[in-house]
Amino acid sequence: MASPAITRDTKTARKRAAPASRLMRRRQRAGLLFVLPSVAFVTCFFLLPLVLTAWMSFNNWTIFGEVHFVGLKNYLAMAKDQVFLGSLLFTTKYTIIVCPLIILLGFLLALLVQRPLWGVGLFRTAYFLPVVIGLGTASFLWFWLYNDQVGAIDGLLGYVHLIRTPIAWFNDANIALTAVVIMIVWKSSGFAMLLFLVGMQAIPAELYEAAQVDGAGFWTQLISITLPLLRRTFALILVLIVTGSYLAFDHFYIMTHGNPANQTLTTVMRIIQAGFTNFQLGYAGALSIMLLLILLLINVVQLFIMRGAPDDR
Amino acid sequence: MRTMTLSARPRVGLLGLRTSYYVTCSALAIIFLAPIVWTMVTSVKPSAEASASPPTFLPSSLSWSSYQHLAAFGDGISVYAFNSTIVALGTVLCTIILSTLGGYGFSRFSFPGKDILFVTILATLMIPFQSILIPLFLVLRTLGLQNTLLGLVLVYTTFQLPFGVFVMRNAFDSVPREIEEAGLIDGCSSWNLLYRVMLAIVAPGVITVGLFAFFNSWNEFLAALIFMTDSSKFTLPVMLLNASSGQYGAIDWGMIQSGITISMLPCLILFLLLQRYYVSGLAAGAVKA
Repeated sequence: MASPAITRDTKTARKRAAPASRLMRRRQRAGLLFVLPSVAFVTCFFLLPLVLTAWMSFNNWTIFGEVHFVGLKNYLAMAKDQVFLGSLLFTTKYTIIVCPLIILLGFLLALLVQRPLWGVGLFRTAYFLPVVIGLGTASFLWFWLYNDQVGAIDGLLGYVHLIRTPIAWFNDANIALTAVVIMIVWKSSGFAMLLFLVGMQAIPAELYEAAQVDGAGFWTQLISITLPLLRRTFALILVLIVTGSYLAFDHFYIMTHGNPANQTLTTVMRIIQAGFTNFQLGYAGALSIMLLLILLLINVVQLFIMRGAPDDR
Repeated sequence: MRTMTLSARPRVGLLGLRTSYYVTCSALAIIFLAPIVWTMVTSVKPSAEASASPPTFLPSSLSWSSYQHLAAFGDGISVYAFNSTIVALGTVLCTIILSTLGGYGFSRFSFPGKDILFVTILATLMIPFQSILIPLFLVLRTLGLQNTLLGLVLVYTTFQLPFGVFVMRNAFDSVPREIEEAGLIDGCSSWNLLYRVMLAIVAPGVITVGLFAFFNSWNEFLAALIFMTDSSKFTLPVMLLNASSGQYGAIDWGMIQSGITISMLPCLILFLLLQRYYVSGLAAGAVKA
């Protein structure tokens, strides 16, 4: 990802360092001291737990620290774990529904507020505000909006006579999923919008000017300039949103708690359940490694598709 | 865009187009803002009105009763707000210090293993922290840091480091070397140079890193839920979970809205004040990928 830029930087740094004073060269080693704290944090609180996750996954590991090596038993148990398989299926379904919606709405919003017209900054800010409040906080907020007794949504629908009796949003798995999807689209479209805006601003204005001179209308410009040149932005947003959706926890934990009957249980919820409710640490480790591998695979495939296509920019 | 391409049409059409543009944008803005505003309005309704069914729209009178209920809930809102503030500010401080040092080191020095270390730190971005939470819990327990705010600060800081180090390295990369060399000739040490000269120049990067650290630590839910077992250590989102579970009798909806308002406000205010640093941070992240 970042490696070509890094090697280039080091090369120029070396080139520059050559004629510089000996003082400069002597102090190069001091750099290690500057990066050491960051490296120590990442090692202690990220790499070590990561290695531990992999090691745990091959053991029967209880909360009291009893450890028995069991080889691949935890991984084999997954194939028979209906709750886990169900959660994987549900999370995939959620991701497939939610990603196109967020990307499409984000793109439309970006098109709408792309030009520096009067007042457009206010609209951008309004659409983006839901992004900065926490996902947990937003889930509590919408849990209340969806409440069938005091919630504003049923209240409004009843007020305009669209419904006679309030909808119980969280009693049925599909309606509950719809409710969560609406919430997350409200919460995340602004994020996609902003990334699209950043991408759109990088497109040279001359392209549009030239197109206008040639008599190209709005749609022609959109299809032959904007969309192709936003290819990398689309890839980035897709990877970010797919990854985020696959790791869904807060909103389902808060709004549905996996109910009814584990039908809205996400994969991360299943991992937490295995680790902290059932205390099967080894098994939870195996589930974590599996989730990691699945995400890695999805992202590699996505990047491959986005990169492998012809006329890449 | 449409106004540009259709400008050849008569003026009336243009005016209509402009009106419909602003009507559409405003309607969307109302949809996006309504839930936030509604929560805030409900938090200042009298308690009975906030839990009324069907809901009422505007408050009949202003009342702080929901906030008073919140002050008396569990260990008291001041405890939870304090915990959230300490964790968020601690994370911001640690992230800024470590990222600035790290970014300076990676930008201005060459030492053995530099590239590998940098790539390793960045690579942790690709591994979701959700997948290492259980062993992380064991590590914290071994260090005696589980169920402590300090433990949460250390964990959140680690999650922020890849982004922070990346942004700060770029910030230092864009500082002209002449400034540094002039300082060295004047006899500054590396440390003095960083502290007295460079820091002022990379300040925008520092603000961006701090802002993201604040949002992510203030809003984080899962790790706080798992690592904190003692109710006096809960942060605001975890407190809201208890409040909305109604485990102490009927759910006090007005109280929950006041809790939501308190946890939203710092984010909204900080974003409105420091918007351009947030956007530049997102742009920096976008360029990387």
